[in-house]
Amino acid sequence: MGPKISRRQMVAGATAAVFAPALRLSAAAPLKVGLLLPLSGALAREGQSCKRGADVSTGVLAQLGLPIELTVADTETNIDTARTRAEKLIADGAQVLVGAFDSAHTMAVAQVCEQRGVPLIINIAAAPNITEQGFRTVFRNFPTAGRLTTDGLSLIKDLLSVTGLKVEKAAFLHNNDTFGQAMAGAIGKLAPGLELPFAIGETIAYDGAARDYAVEIGRAKASGADLVLMISHGEDAIKLIREMVKQRFEPKAIISPGSPGMYEAQFYKTLGKFGDYAITNLPWINPRAPLSKTLLAAFGKQFPDALFEMNVGFTFEAILIAADAARRAGSTASKGLLEALPMTNLSEHVMIGGPIAFDGKGQNNNIHSAAIQNRDSRPVVVLPNENAEMTPVLPMPGWQKR
Amino acid sequence: MILDQVVTGLLTGLIYGLLALGLSVIFGVMRIVNFAHGEMSVVAMYAAWAAARYLGLDPLLSLIPIAAIFFGAGYLLQRGLIQPFVSRPDYMQFILLISVALILTNGALLVFGPEARGIQVDYAFDSYEIGTFLIDKVRLLAAGAALTLTGLLLAFFRFTLTGKAIRAAADNRTGAQVIGLDIGKLYAVTFGIGTASLGAAGVLMALLNDAIPRLGPELTLLSFVIVIVGGLGSMTGALAGGVLIGVSEALAGTLLQPSLKSMFSFALLVLILLLRPQGLLGERS
Repeated sequence: MGPKISRRQMVAGATAAVFAPALRLSAAAPLKVGLLLPLSGALAREGQSCKRGADVSTGVLAQLGLPIELTVADTETNIDTARTRAEKLIADGAQVLVGAFDSAHTMAVAQVCEQRGVPLIINIAAAPNITEQGFRTVFRNFPTAGRLTTDGLSLIKDLLSVTGLKVEKAAFLHNNDTFGQAMAGAIGKLAPGLELPFAIGETIAYDGAARDYAVEIGRAKASGADLVLMISHGEDAIKLIREMVKQRFEPKAIISPGSPGMYEAQFYKTLGKFGDYAITNLPWINPRAPLSKTLLAAFGKQFPDALFEMNVGFTFEAILIAADAARRAGSTASKGLLEALPMTNLSEHVMIGGPIAFDGKGQNNNIHSAAIQNRDSRPVVVLPNENAEMTPVLPMPGWQKR
Repeated sequence: MILDQVVTGLLTGLIYGLLALGLSVIFGVMRIVNFAHGEMSVVAMYAAWAAARYLGLDPLLSLIPIAAIFFGAGYLLQRGLIQPFVSRPDYMQFILLISVALILTNGALLVFGPEARGIQVDYAFDSYEIGTFLIDKVRLLAAGAALTLTGLLLAFFRFTLTGKAIRAAADNRTGAQVIGLDIGKLYAVTFGIGTASLGAAGVLMALLNDAIPRLGPELTLLSFVIVIVGGLGSMTGALAGGVLIGVSEALAGTLLQPSLKSMFSFALLVLILLLRPQGLLGERS
């Protein structure tokens, strides 16, 4: 009988095989990556989550023979700071910039990169105009806002079709901040063309900082909706669900067509069983990809108490793209990277979708959203089938039947 | 549905009333506006969270010890920091208390971080069903506690010797000094009572909301709106203002748009300032 190979060894072997050519570069100087994130200010939570993806990337990429030297700069959730920090990173020798989570910040950084001839790989920023400016140095590995919304709504149709659930009327609850308003506007425009099998009845815009949502849920319940569409932005998701339980409002499904809130550690911790079965449609890590398994293992080891979320995956991938370009260019110089990046064709990556490749505008159009359902207080991929870890459960069990 | 929301607004308003009462008591007696009011309430919310997390104490049980601690802290704060500013210009008092507010907010950020801290009680998701009515159990218990505490506070000022002395000092400071009342001590007790009251309200708020440092300024503003609507310095006015704001927010959200809730209470404030500047139950100065 031959030696036994553990599953972990198998995964490591598979990923190493994929990146075998990269080993040739292992002796070369590390690529200097400048990472811009909102680590303080209003977007601090999201920025910190992205940073965990960057922190774990150094070790994982080193294992793959893709050495990087990471310098992190805080944009302080401020556009001017984002611009000056980008200048400083480049002046300090960064050969490629990654960032910057917020669309407005990213646009400011993109202008700096374009002037300085340094590539910018966007981890997260959805504003469509970023890749419509004719920039030669900007590469985005994140869907545009329109694509996010279209995918999010289409997946609702798929979920209803797969589970056979019939719903007649939806109540649409959305935060009235910039993000919520933009998403609500996009849904208003796109929904009619998608021929959704239900009517969107009551649309309720709420203040994200409100102390409670008794009135909002009261209205949703009174509307007779059997589906709740929700665009939340964090703690508001917890308060809304809590209020649904208290008011005994029992929709058949609670689905977010692409917003944060319902797949976060605090949500699971606070709501427990009442947080289960809620669904969010958004780009997510492919649990079946070998590199994802390596990344998840490294993440779990380095951050045992943190939850792996979308921000982590996309930040990791942005750095992976930079390192891959340096490998193919055989150089870490910005000029070489700019020549290699348009030729990117990374089939082994972590987020759900096809190979990472950029169109003439620097946009990766191969990213697909997934339906994530909360099961036993953790996010689980339930659609698309090829990536699913479980089958979706709809209608949701009643609050008192859990 | 409207009646449901009115009841919810009424219950919330009773807690708002207790919260604003602390501000009203301190201003009514000392003529000092506590600009750190909301921030102190948030500290009480964190205290309730810590008592629940580390001692397993239900907020309805930790309410009294936390209020007592807040009384002591308020007493000492008045004696050590605020007393020298009592006779100084308003802007100095303003700067002093804004500084206290900033220290408390940043201290909370430093100790607890920016994440929300919520209390999980067994009855967090329970509600009572009476006919077609649904009443949130947590809100009902918190409002009941707030009403009881408000009643006790009103009784204290009306029937006890210390309460009467404080009212005398509020009515006529010089006269109170002439008859031998220790004004400094009475002011410290008053500040202690006001702080205990906001501490108790903070604990009850912790049952309904997660504690988060940035909630402080919002609660300060809410308390200002309530006491101005009810009548600055009037204790019953604070309670009436709280109930009015709670109910009007609920009705505005139900009949208009939920995102207009806060705007509606500010509109009410403007209306009161225009038509009855002394507030609903306040006295014209």
